[in-house]
Amino acid sequence: MEVLLVLCVGALTAASVYLMLARSVLRFLFGLVLLSNAANLVILAAGRLTTVNPPLIPEGASAPAAAVANPLPQALILTAIVIGFGLFAFALTLVLRAQGALGTLDSDDMTLAEGRPVPTTEDGR
Amino acid sequence: MSLILVLPVVVPLATAILCFALRTSRWGRWVSLGGTLLHAAAAFALVAIVSDGTVIAAQMGNWAAPFGITLVADALGAAMVAVTAVTAIATAVYALGDIDAERERLGYHALFQVLIAGVSGAFLTGDIFNLYVWFEVMLIASFGLMTLGARPEQIDGGIRYVTLNLVSTILFLMGVGLLYGMTGTLNMADLSIAVASLEARGPLSVVAVMFILAFGIKSAVFPLFFWLPASYHTPAFAVSALFAGLLTKVGVYALVRMFTLVFDLDTGFTHEILLWVALLTMLTGVLGAAAQSDFRKILSFHIVSQIGYMVLGLALFTPLAIAGAVFYILHHILVKANLFLVAGVAGRLCGSTELARMGGLYRSAPLLAALFLVPAFSLAGFPPLSGFWAKFLIVKASLDIHAWLAATVALVTGILTVFSMTKIWGAAFWTPHPEGLSPEPARLGAGARAALILPIAFLASLTLFIGLVPQPLLGFAEMAGAQLLDPADYIRAVLGDLP
Repeated sequence: MEVLLVLCVGALTAASVYLMLARSVLRFLFGLVLLSNAANLVILAAGRLTTVNPPLIPEGASAPAAAVANPLPQALILTAIVIGFGLFAFALTLVLRAQGALGTLDSDDMTLAEGRPVPTTEDGR
Repeated sequence: MSLILVLPVVVPLATAILCFALRTSRWGRWVSLGGTLLHAAAAFALVAIVSDGTVIAAQMGNWAAPFGITLVADALGAAMVAVTAVTAIATAVYALGDIDAERERLGYHALFQVLIAGVSGAFLTGDIFNLYVWFEVMLIASFGLMTLGARPEQIDGGIRYVTLNLVSTILFLMGVGLLYGMTGTLNMADLSIAVASLEARGPLSVVAVMFILAFGIKSAVFPLFFWLPASYHTPAFAVSALFAGLLTKVGVYALVRMFTLVFDLDTGFTHEILLWVALLTMLTGVLGAAAQSDFRKILSFHIVSQIGYMVLGLALFTPLAIAGAVFYILHHILVKANLFLVAGVAGRLCGSTELARMGGLYRSAPLLAALFLVPAFSLAGFPPLSGFWAKFLIVKASLDIHAWLAATVALVTGILTVFSMTKIWGAAFWTPHPEGLSPEPARLGAGARAALILPIAFLASLTLFIGLVPQPLLGFAEMAGAQLLDPADYIRAVLGDLP
């Protein structure tokens, strides 16, 4: 199971790096989404994968009776997913605004903040 | 005791809620200013408690460490919160004259307060996952502030800022996950003990490098700094001053904390990387600044080069060097925020922050010119200003351990900094305005003028005070450095007495 998860993280990271190397900012963002999911899987794997009981304490007891799975990574991942969701929602909106304000999502043409004029292509676009 | 640790985080958050409710009212800005004053009171109470060398900790929800979330204040943490509070007051006053009603309606003050809460939380937390959460709180607020107003340059700069900072937080999160997998704990004091008994030192070094990368992007070190000069000149002046003062320093703080408390076992490897990173950061930053022609862009590159000094202090890893790094961080926040505030006033008077379109400020606004010289010379390290002592400590620490190259680079960078500052002085203050404009401060109106100049004068006098009476801060920085190098007190405060 660990091996499968490790391969999965590797594939996600490779795909995300490929996407982040693209010039389109939108593809870069999709790469970031994949990378954050890879990070979540890393945390899951780091918390040890076991096929024991769910981490539930029977009523009246103060500790689980038998060995249970580690619930902490899931709590961490849940936090990371919620935070990541908010940040990506913001980033997507920003990209949408960039398309409106700059007229392009090609990072080579986004030169406004550098003080250079936005290059226009030959067909006057 | 635990209340005082919670207040620097809770006060700004509560103020943020009030400010959000009052965002269309003209009272919002005063509530925001009041919130920063309360925050400062809490922060300085904290400094008073830790100033005799004690470390205090509080367990949130009474979950005993290392299982719950711990807030800790040692000398470094408390001092960082206090300097955050000073910067917050200065920018909140400045915002009275700088932030227009439109930005206020969009929630400027609420975002500002959330940012202060995030920064304070990051300085006080003793739990590494909690540090990640505070980083994100800080980030989302800074994203909002960066793009508030949505001018096309801001959107363009914002994209660079947002995307690269997101990469940094994901790397940080992965590092946290791997560290947890190796040690089974997230509490920083507990981590410090757990890594010492770890068999596999190799993977630990890999994780350490992930942390260097993550915090390196945050604190804008070579070769990861490109997002900073591409974005810091675009938002409102008050916002860029706040960012310039505080945000990169949170990254440096995280580096200092992690690489003295947790990753201090293989210093031959990790701190050697930090040393080269620091030297290259100083040089590329100051050379990059020499090539720029915009007031705020020059200052942005100087943030990068100054970060190099702080990282150098950490990399040298002697008591004096760490104390120097702490002193440098505290001095730099005040000076750099102040320079951006001056840039804001100069830009508004001249109508641009492009040096080619500025001039005549010395004749028309002599007070502003004098106030510019204090932080500018302090940045370059002229005695008797605060920057002199900061640079002196770092250079002395490098000479003490015969790090000749480090000392040389630090001194050369100082000289090149003078070059940039005289360039700004010559173009913006000394020569007449190229379009024959007279940048009279009277154009701003009395209220706005007071709101813009007061914080600059306040921060400049603090710089001057630290420069003339360095002993109290020096002693404090030495104590903070000693606590960082020997974290026994920190660990005892968090985990209680060990068997």
